[in-house]
Amino acid sequence: MADTRTTSFPNVETTVLGADEIVINMGPQHPSTHGVLRVKLKLDGEKVVNSECVIGYLHRGVEKIAEHRSYQQFAPYVDRMDYVAAVSNGLGYCEAVEKLLGAEAPPRARVIRTILTELQRIASHLLWLGTHALDIGALTPLFYCFREREEILKIFEKYCGARLTTHAFRIGGLQYEAYDELEKDVERFCKDFEHKIAEYEDLLTQNRIWLGRTKGIGVLTAQQAIDLGVTGPVLRASGVKWDIRKAMPYAAYDQYKFEIPTGRNGDTYDRYLVRVEEMRQSRLICLQAIQNIPAGPIMARIGKVLKPPVGEVYHSIEAPKGELGYYIVSDATIQPYRVRIRPPSFVNLQAFDTMVRGHLVADVVAIIGTIDIVLGEVDR
Amino acid sequence: MNALIEFFRPHLLPLLYALVIVAVLPLIVGYIVLVERKVMADMQARLGPMRVGPHGLLQPIADAVKLLIKEDIIPENADKMLFWAAPLISVTAALLALAAMPIGPKFQIADLNIGLLFILGISSMGIFGIVLGGWASNSHYSLLGALRSAAQLVSYETAAGMALISGLLLAGTLSMHRIVEIQAGAGVWFMFLAPVGFFIYLVASIAETNRAPFDLPEAESELVAGYMTEYSGFRWSLYFLAEYVNMIVVGSIATTIFLGGWLRPFPNVNALNFLDAFPPLLMLVLAGYCFYRTPKQPVKVQKGFLAAVGLLCLALAGVLGVVLAPAAAAFKTPVHGTFWFLLKVFLYLYVFMWLRFTLPRYRFDQLMKLGWHFMLPVAIVNVMAIAVALVLHRPREAGGLDWGLGASLLVSNAGTLIVAAYLAAVGQRRASPVVGGA
Repeated sequence: MADTRTTSFPNVETTVLGADEIVINMGPQHPSTHGVLRVKLKLDGEKVVNSECVIGYLHRGVEKIAEHRSYQQFAPYVDRMDYVAAVSNGLGYCEAVEKLLGAEAPPRARVIRTILTELQRIASHLLWLGTHALDIGALTPLFYCFREREEILKIFEKYCGARLTTHAFRIGGLQYEAYDELEKDVERFCKDFEHKIAEYEDLLTQNRIWLGRTKGIGVLTAQQAIDLGVTGPVLRASGVKWDIRKAMPYAAYDQYKFEIPTGRNGDTYDRYLVRVEEMRQSRLICLQAIQNIPAGPIMARIGKVLKPPVGEVYHSIEAPKGELGYYIVSDATIQPYRVRIRPPSFVNLQAFDTMVRGHLVADVVAIIGTIDIVLGEVDR
Repeated sequence: MNALIEFFRPHLLPLLYALVIVAVLPLIVGYIVLVERKVMADMQARLGPMRVGPHGLLQPIADAVKLLIKEDIIPENADKMLFWAAPLISVTAALLALAAMPIGPKFQIADLNIGLLFILGISSMGIFGIVLGGWASNSHYSLLGALRSAAQLVSYETAAGMALISGLLLAGTLSMHRIVEIQAGAGVWFMFLAPVGFFIYLVASIAETNRAPFDLPEAESELVAGYMTEYSGFRWSLYFLAEYVNMIVVGSIATTIFLGGWLRPFPNVNALNFLDAFPPLLMLVLAGYCFYRTPKQPVKVQKGFLAAVGLLCLALAGVLGVVLAPAAAAFKTPVHGTFWFLLKVFLYLYVFMWLRFTLPRYRFDQLMKLGWHFMLPVAIVNVMAIAVALVLHRPREAGGLDWGLGASLLVSNAGTLIVAAYLAAVGQRRASPVVGGA
């Protein structure tokens, strides 16, 4: 993304007073760059003239590792990309390989997958809300959000023993049967969560300072968002109604009723509203799903050794942060020939420079927060 | 020799007070930090410090020891002399301001006739420490933080000063001691006569002490730690001490000018004399709570410590109770006065904490706009309105209050509020967000 930025905004006014520009280096150890993002900011006073994201501090060569692992062996690695939404990553990968095999997970497995993935979406959004509010100076929402996120992680722990990098799903279905009180736990969480969202909104939604800090900040028009390939809540906040759960349903999403919240102005405030509403919708999906979990097997009959036929497949899901796509090429061996991952954070980060120009240094942290990046996913 | 003793005699008591303040204040500051962390924890659904001592009661001591034995780092390219001097300037200015503060009717180091001016002047000197420290560190973040601090302090001090003038007009004197006495004579705290002025001072004093939501100079998520970025260990703790002492100073100013200083609520209403029982009762409740929690502590040492805290509260309750006896009437006002003063300052600081953990942070330009476009005009209008009210109903003696004066003050405050609402509406309309590029 280094050099495309000079053309995107020709009408930025530089150095009004002819003063010297200073270059400030934010990160990779800055407290609010959400990991190891490094941003070079060129400032005119406190106004950002130009910015450049330097990434790669967390590069682990995940895609290359895939070429030396069997299909099943690679599954836990995807959990470590977006480590705050490991369940979603796993779902995308498992479904992509299933597509390549021509297999399909049984209905029971798909419903349980949907429940856990939607819970993961709530957990990811909660983490985003807490840290975003903290960046803008509201200390307290962080603790409320972590309190509720803890409940979700407890459900994961009960289900598969892990909280963060869960490796919850297997290619072809699930390894573990749902534990006995799963429905009850999810229902209890969803019942409580309705009031908890109201708590967050009490603290922020009508708050004058919050409005002042987020309204009109980091505006992305619908056209710009589409041009930059932005997906997920960032795209929807700009008014584009695009959600893969509706557009190309996967797992069991076609069975449930839910709305796709969209924004109008494409600013930081709209992205906040969209994500809060998405948490509500996820809650509704979970409540619908636990009403009727079909009985039956949880694993498709796909054999122990996976050798997909020669071919390629692209499968994408709506991860909490946007479109998460897996492009897998098979050469009919037990290892993939190539795995290319389209992580939402990486693509959304492209929009950073467009959003940040002309704003003040204080807005930079708000904009980094509103994109909702996870550097593990950006760098892979 | 006798002449020497005679010379020192009037200075002995002030010297003792000064000693008490300088020796006890760091401890108080440590415990204010503990209270703040406990309040924060309470608001955030967690426990806060619980490890060091029962309920974390020894945490401030542990923190102080940690800070004192830390390595003393001076950056290589820093201006060493200024780097060394800057925190001292800050902390000295903050402590000096307490010299003219009437903590109780007898507990005051010096009752200057220009008391308030002295306090404002000295406490503004603290900004030198901040600016010099930021500059001497030779770091971008420190410099930006220091500049923000200076700009913020200058803009809000004007508003705070204007707000204090409304109190001064009512009192007609600058002596802090007299201001409280006049409130006692009027039988009402100035907060109720000049509520707008009090509110402006509340907000401006939060901004002046760099507290959230105006804590931009040390905005952690933006400027790391502002002007303190390069400081560590003991020097850092001096800045920290200065910051909290400044909070105590603004709290004391507000208490003296607007909240009736050492007076208890409704000082002249004899029907409410039972309020005198509140201080010993509060201490009794605290002691009771300590004793109630004592057997539940896991370790013997903690049991002992908590019981000792309970005994201390009990002793204080005893002192506060004994002075209520008719025989000790002479001691009643000084002892209870100090209690009420500290309680008011604490409540004032509690509001600071409450706001800090509720609100997000202003952006720098928004902060400046709020200061210059809203707070300062409203403060000026407030001063003029109160002056007009006082001219129309000149009280027979300074601080004397009758219904006519009360009514005209009510009208003047209402007028100020209308102006404030108008300014807010205009500001809202004018607020056009900075839009990047497009």
